[in-house]
Amino acid sequence: MKKTVFLGALTVAGVAAGASAAATLDDVKARGKLNCGVTTGLVGFAAPDANGVWEGFDVAVCRAVAAAVLSDANAVEFVPTTGKTRFTALASGEIDMLARNTTWTFSRDTDLKFDFIGVNYYDGQGFMVPKALGVSSAKELDGATVCIQTGTTTELNLADFFRKNNISYEPVPVETNAEGQQQYLAGACDTYTTDASGLASTRAAFENPTEHVILPEIISKEPLGPLVRHGDNEWGDIVRWTLNALISAEELGVTSANVEELASGATDSPEVNRLLGTEGNLGEMIGLDATWAKRALAAVGNYGEVFEKNIGEKTPIGLARGLNAQWTDGGILYSPPFR
Amino acid sequence: MTTVSDPPKASFQLSQLIYDTRYRSYTFQFIALMLLVSLMAYLGANLVHNLAEQGQNIAFGFLAEPAGYDINQRPIEYDSQSSHMRASVVGVLNTLIVAFLGCITATLLGVTAGILRLSPNWLVRKLMAVYVEAFRNVPVLIWILIIFTIMTAMLPAPSAFRGEDPSSSMLFGSFAFTNRGVYTPAPIMGPGSLVVVLTFIASIFGVFYYRRYATNLLFDTGKLIPTGWPSLVILFVPTILIYFILGRPIGLDYPALAGFNFQGGIHIRGSLIALWFALAIYTGAFIAENVRAGIQAVSKGQTEAAASLGMRPRRIMNLVILPQALRVIIPPLISQYLNLTKNSSLAIAVGYMDVTGTLGGITLNQTGRAIECVLMLMLFYLTISLAISAVMNVYNNAIKLKER
Repeated sequence: MKKTVFLGALTVAGVAAGASAAATLDDVKARGKLNCGVTTGLVGFAAPDANGVWEGFDVAVCRAVAAAVLSDANAVEFVPTTGKTRFTALASGEIDMLARNTTWTFSRDTDLKFDFIGVNYYDGQGFMVPKALGVSSAKELDGATVCIQTGTTTELNLADFFRKNNISYEPVPVETNAEGQQQYLAGACDTYTTDASGLASTRAAFENPTEHVILPEIISKEPLGPLVRHGDNEWGDIVRWTLNALISAEELGVTSANVEELASGATDSPEVNRLLGTEGNLGEMIGLDATWAKRALAAVGNYGEVFEKNIGEKTPIGLARGLNAQWTDGGILYSPPFR
Repeated sequence: MTTVSDPPKASFQLSQLIYDTRYRSYTFQFIALMLLVSLMAYLGANLVHNLAEQGQNIAFGFLAEPAGYDINQRPIEYDSQSSHMRASVVGVLNTLIVAFLGCITATLLGVTAGILRLSPNWLVRKLMAVYVEAFRNVPVLIWILIIFTIMTAMLPAPSAFRGEDPSSSMLFGSFAFTNRGVYTPAPIMGPGSLVVVLTFIASIFGVFYYRRYATNLLFDTGKLIPTGWPSLVILFVPTILIYFILGRPIGLDYPALAGFNFQGGIHIRGSLIALWFALAIYTGAFIAENVRAGIQAVSKGQTEAAASLGMRPRRIMNLVILPQALRVIIPPLISQYLNLTKNSSLAIAVGYMDVTGTLGGITLNQTGRAIECVLMLMLFYLTISLAISAVMNVYNNAIKLKER
């Protein structure tokens, strides 16, 4: 008897959770705030500035979604997550979306029951060494001591790389990027390995960034992208197409500077018109109004602007576009058409 | 003349369960037991239900799959293609290594500090009080991090040993203290080395035999023969003779700088050293207090009686006080050993790959099998704690006061 009541209560709770999962858009609108999971702090990607305002490459995706859905790019509650807590936070509904240097892998997409909605940064695992070490290739690292963040895909890639090249190494597991940086700078390890973008970001925080080099070898594919819970396709569509809008806007030449002007009336380009809502009803199809993409672009700018502002070559991070250039510029960034 | 009045015929009524003092406690115990059982059943059912809801099950098949990650300190053969099970075993062995080293060091430190805390020397006494209070009242995690940070920041990197005029050099040409750990020479066992080792073991027995002979001689005849230098002679001379007769079969493998690191010799990693010392000095402070309590529990009359027999203070401590104090010291010492073993699970803070780091860390993260991993961890710590308790209880029974 007792047990039945308990199980009954559980079922009710389960149904309630299921219902809330199915309409993330309504939840976000009712709450008036988007809960967005980010890193605990990786300069350029997601970190609070001196005034405590979050900014960065991943943060911009959150702000774009908030602008599209809530018409306010500041209506975002940033939830810092670690490599270990990020998936639990998303699965439990604590956050609506996760934009946190997360590698799109088969098992995360299927077994962990998430939907990766696209790739906002094509990355790969690299090695950073002090210049004084005189190493120019990762294959010369035989016998080296390697600092590695534990519990990440990089740990497995590292083991594979050294096994494949038949060279040995000594792993020094660390828990956070900050700890890895400290160990590396103290010389307790010869090289530090993580995603190349993370290395650039870490190096930018060094006292003498020029004394360290990132080796040319990229030993893995790390497509980083935002993700949402499995099972709410409408919400997944909104986040996916917001990201695509940022990418398409760069390709079409729409920037935060000219978006108002281009949206004020129909232009010569039909795709710009569809994107900005002066033609067709794309916004309606994803449950938003016609000017959703215009708001997102006005708030954060197009993909290229976001990139240059946060992690581009003029910033301390100094990342080149590389693979992340538009497909028309020799990169692999390619948004499906707005039609 | 005795009359036995028949006890009233037992007529059991249901209300007796509450109103009769004979049954009342059983009733309440039974109710409490039922509540406990249903709570457990609820939690278990909750777990099973929620797991089923998420489409998960409890299975241990992942333990046979390749782990895919590397571990730096490997007491047994292991590479990234070994199974998760083997990675767990490596972790278990690493836990046992640091727990064993820690317990021994903590005991030595604790007993010394505990005795010195009662020293008549003011300075020594106060210094020991400072040690105990400083280490006992700061969390062990902080100590682990402090020692590790000091090691990595203060000691030179291996590259400092390189070049024509290196800024660091090896101690006696054989010990290298680097921020990656300490490198010491390792013995190389050549042919015939077994004979040398056996001779040494036999010598140890010989020393014990000689000392017993000397004691018996003293008791039987009153003749006192020296034991100090003959013991040393018995211990070393035969071994050294055999060693040279066999043509020096045991060599030393000296660590030498090769490539990025020192190669050869034994590498005691910085993470192990930091964890080992932090646990030892932290637990040692607690043991010092246990030892002090144990010694103070022995009546002062014992010391005075021994002194009046003409014993010297050192002998009074070793032969009279400590054996009696042990009865008070051992039971709390057991829980200190258990604490140390369990505290070793903080190893990941310095990247020491104990069982919490391998099974409860990387394996858990890579396979997503949280419940299975945590269950296995709990089982391991439970087993090892009970084993330590069992061994120490045997020892406790051996030294406790025998009442005849």
